[in-house]
Amino acid sequence: MIEVSDLHKSFDQNNVLKGVNLKISDGKSMVIIGASGQGKSVILKCLLGLIKPDKGLVLLNGIDPNSKEKNIALAKIGMLFQGGALFDSLPVWQNVAFRYLNGKRKISTSEARKIAIDKLNRVGLKDSFADSFPSELSGGMQKRVALARAIATEPEIIFFDEPTTGLDPIMAQVINKLIRELVVEMGVTAVTITHDMQSVRSIADEVALLHAGTIQWTGPLKNIDKSKNKYLNQFISGSGKGPIETLR
Amino acid sequence: MIRLTARTGRLFLELCSFVGELIIFCFRILTNLLVPPFFLRAFFSSIIQIGWLSLPVVGITSFFTGGALALQIYAGGARFNAEEVVPSIVAIGMVRELGPVLGGLMVAARVASSIAAEIGTMKVTEQVDALITLSTEPIKYLVVPRVIAAVLAVPVLVGVGDSIGVLGGYVIGTTRLDFNNAIYLINSINYLEFWDVLSGLIKGAVFGCIISVMGCFFGMRCEKGARGVGQATKSAVVSASVLILAANYFLTEAFFSS
Ligand SMILES: Nc1ncnc2c1ncn2[C@@H]1O[C@H](COP(=O)(O)OP(=O)(O)OP(=O)(O)O)[C@@H](O)[C@H]1O
Ligand SMILES: [Mg+2]
Repeated sequence: MIEVSDLHKSFDQNNVLKGVNLKISDGKSMVIIGASGQGKSVILKCLLGLIKPDKGLVLLNGIDPNSKEKNIALAKIGMLFQGGALFDSLPVWQNVAFRYLNGKRKISTSEARKIAIDKLNRVGLKDSFADSFPSELSGGMQKRVALARAIATEPEIIFFDEPTTGLDPIMAQVINKLIRELVVEMGVTAVTITHDMQSVRSIADEVALLHAGTIQWTGPLKNIDKSKNKYLNQFISGSGKGPIETLR
Repeated sequence: MIRLTARTGRLFLELCSFVGELIIFCFRILTNLLVPPFFLRAFFSSIIQIGWLSLPVVGITSFFTGGALALQIYAGGARFNAEEVVPSIVAIGMVRELGPVLGGLMVAARVASSIAAEIGTMKVTEQVDALITLSTEPIKYLVVPRVIAAVLAVPVLVGVGDSIGVLGGYVIGTTRLDFNNAIYLINSINYLEFWDVLSGLIKGAVFGCIISVMGCFFGMRCEKGARGVGQATKSAVVSASVLILAANYFLTEAFFSS
């Protein structure tokens, strides 16, 4: 269970989040949509304790990620960063198997490598890339390696920051299906940020729309087309006319 | 006038907060120093980076410094017919002062910059954040191995530099200044005390600590893209060099005043 209540965050004069409330139940897939620069990535970073909120509370299974117990929470979390954030000094397979090579969950190197290659295959990357370095891969391939790293230790909660941007439509479908499988078959709680409505429709149980620092609409996926919410309608149609301005 | 006061005040406050940050950073290193997990692989690769790969730079610098020192002391000594002091002065000067200081400055240029740039790039590309989400404390994984490696490696570099510096003096002394080979060596060693060498090595360890802490500190507080990385690199090298020279004075004072 993930709970966000009255979350506020500003950077200098820039008030990004002005009271965000969200509740995500276990084993559900929440998709957060919203225009570029509205603070979607900031929400995820607050959830991970990487950014300290100015006000409000975040709880992951009852644990505040800004408290001393944050490692208990982080141990069960996977995160895909928008920019990948792969360790460029390590080969691809060591990136994916990072948790199996370091720290509490350490296992033998050969086993870790086997798991890493299995995860790489799941995100559509051939074995032969295991020993490449991240800088030798294309942007979309790096994204998929980062995705493999996020799911490598079978976490209970996974955050995906734009998992399909930069991917071709075929690979995007593969990744959408993978995320859906993780939720349905493994019972993962997923929070995904995306701009891609096709992704929303294939991944989401619940949808939340962030605009102007607050959640403007939230509800189950099946309701998004019936909704009368002006923000949501504009976002789905992609129209230039509506409350979401094109010059922000 | 008011504006000037305001600006000075602001600068002073910034300085205070900077020093505070640095103290907190050092404290965090200390608290993470002895608590597992230890990252041996990172430690050994730091030893290679900081120690092994700095050998050529330190070696060449020391050789020429030793040689130049021999020429200078010969010229100076000739003024009061004391040319025979060249071997011992070169040895003492190298081991007590020039070996550690020049070695430290060369390593600062090479290592503080590369540490700051590497960690800074990791910071701005969110790799440091990624470490946290993978339950790995960045201080433990990135900083502690580098600091320990530098504290161990720089004294060794200083020792090697000392020897090569003396060798440089020997080569110049015997080829250009017609010293006798055996006498030069005997004079180098006879007047050298164990404490001269040890004090130089202790300086090396302190300089290693300064270099790595400055590199890591500026890397970890790096912000805002490539420009931030450039700034972090610059600040790391400048502050490491200045602190080395300052620390050198105080260490020398402490070692030799009594
Ligand atoms: N570390 C930071 N320092 C200062 N401002 C920041 C920082 N991180 C984010 N911001 C600001 O917060 C706002 C929201 O950023 P965020 O990255 O969350 O947007 P986003 O909704 O994820 O957009 P996109 O869809 O383009 O990724 C932006 O205006 C950005 O300038
Ligand atoms: Mg974003």
